[in-house]
Amino acid sequence: MNHVRQISKVVSLKEALSHIKRGTSLMYGGFGGIGSPPSIIEALLQMKVSQLDLIGNDAGFPNIGIGRLISEGRARSLLTSHIGSNPNAGRLMTENKLDVTFFPQGTLAEKIRAGGMGLGGILVDVGLGTMAEEGREKVEIQNKTYLIEEALTAEVAIVYAKQADEYGNLVFDKSARNFNPLVAMAADVTIVEAEQIVPNGELDPENIVTPGVFVDYIVQSEGVNWQWMWE
Amino acid sequence: MDVGVDYRRVIAEWAAKEIKPGMHVNLGIGMPTLVAGFVPEHYNVMFHAENGILGTGPYPIKGGEDENLCDAGGFPVTAVPGASFFDSTMAFGIIRRGYLDVTILGALQVSEAGDLANWIVPGKRVPGMGGAIDLAQKSKKVIVLMNHTNKSGEAKIVKKCTLPLTAPSCVDVIITERAIIDVINNELHVRRILAPYTMEEVISSTEAELHFS
Repeated sequence: MNHVRQISKVVSLKEALSHIKRGTSLMYGGFGGIGSPPSIIEALLQMKVSQLDLIGNDAGFPNIGIGRLISEGRARSLLTSHIGSNPNAGRLMTENKLDVTFFPQGTLAEKIRAGGMGLGGILVDVGLGTMAEEGREKVEIQNKTYLIEEALTAEVAIVYAKQADEYGNLVFDKSARNFNPLVAMAADVTIVEAEQIVPNGELDPENIVTPGVFVDYIVQSEGVNWQWMWE
Repeated sequence: MDVGVDYRRVIAEWAAKEIKPGMHVNLGIGMPTLVAGFVPEHYNVMFHAENGILGTGPYPIKGGEDENLCDAGGFPVTAVPGASFFDSTMAFGIIRRGYLDVTILGALQVSEAGDLANWIVPGKRVPGMGGAIDLAQKSKKVIVLMNHTNKSGEAKIVKKCTLPLTAPSCVDVIITERAIIDVINNELHVRRILAPYTMEEVISSTEAELHFS
């Protein structure tokens, strides 16, 4: 190859996480902890960062994924679809220490995608006739009723990828993809924890899921440091 | 309620008979996951997991688990030939677009209109709806697997749900340890009473009106 781009976004965990402070709005990838970035979450625990406004699919498990931060009381709010697998989240919500807002899972995913794609929101009919329509504006299009759901963005997103090149092109791993490519697009600062970091040009452009333009920082993963429920 | 150890498997086996060759099916967490074991392999059913897999296969052999290949309940699965992986918007696009032939899930209450309540007991248990609203509202056929009554012995098949709805008028079939019930035009039609229960026991443990044809 006669023209290898030298651009590299690979940094230390410390440098990347300097963007996350008390009160930061933080989107995270992961579904029941699968695909949540373990080394970043561990570092956030060490940093004692608190009052986070979290946005993500679920509350993880008490000692798995984003659940580790929630269990430690590091979040003040959570936009999500499910907290049933983390009883600590339910307890903090009941004690009014965690402000939880629920959305149907597909709607939440699409709201984040809309934020990442530069749209103002989406029209969706999922949740009509349920609590999910409360407080939502409605609109009629071609004789069908839809809820207006605003797009979501955040200050920082934390992402787990199987492979990243130094520019930030990303490839994910099976069911660890879930919300990762969505939150990667929707934040002002996107921090990726990659299992493997490769030189630019190593990944097949045809197979890249998230283009590097969305990525600001890449850190090397130290691997999952929690025990799965099935282990 | 004492119905023997295997009633969950009995319910799952009846539910599996609702699945036809070539269907696309989503199984909820808990009892519904047992259904896959009763669907013949040659049916080539594609099981959809809303965490981003179309074509999940059975639990891997011990030691062959992949921490990044799990179903929506967080349990390791395998991928069948023809399987695909995708992000959560695609997972739910497949649902909203109406490509799921059958979804099988649990319930707290089902009404005679087929209204489903399964995601919140206000003030008591607030797990969130997860993907239940999308699945219940958009799947072609919704099958509920549940105990006929709750832990206090109260009817779960009711005239009108008192709990917040997951989706109105969405349930097509209810399968409990006592009966298989079809929801047809806002009426509950008992298709079969399951041994050892009697018609009287099914009626007395159901709040909604039942039709027998």
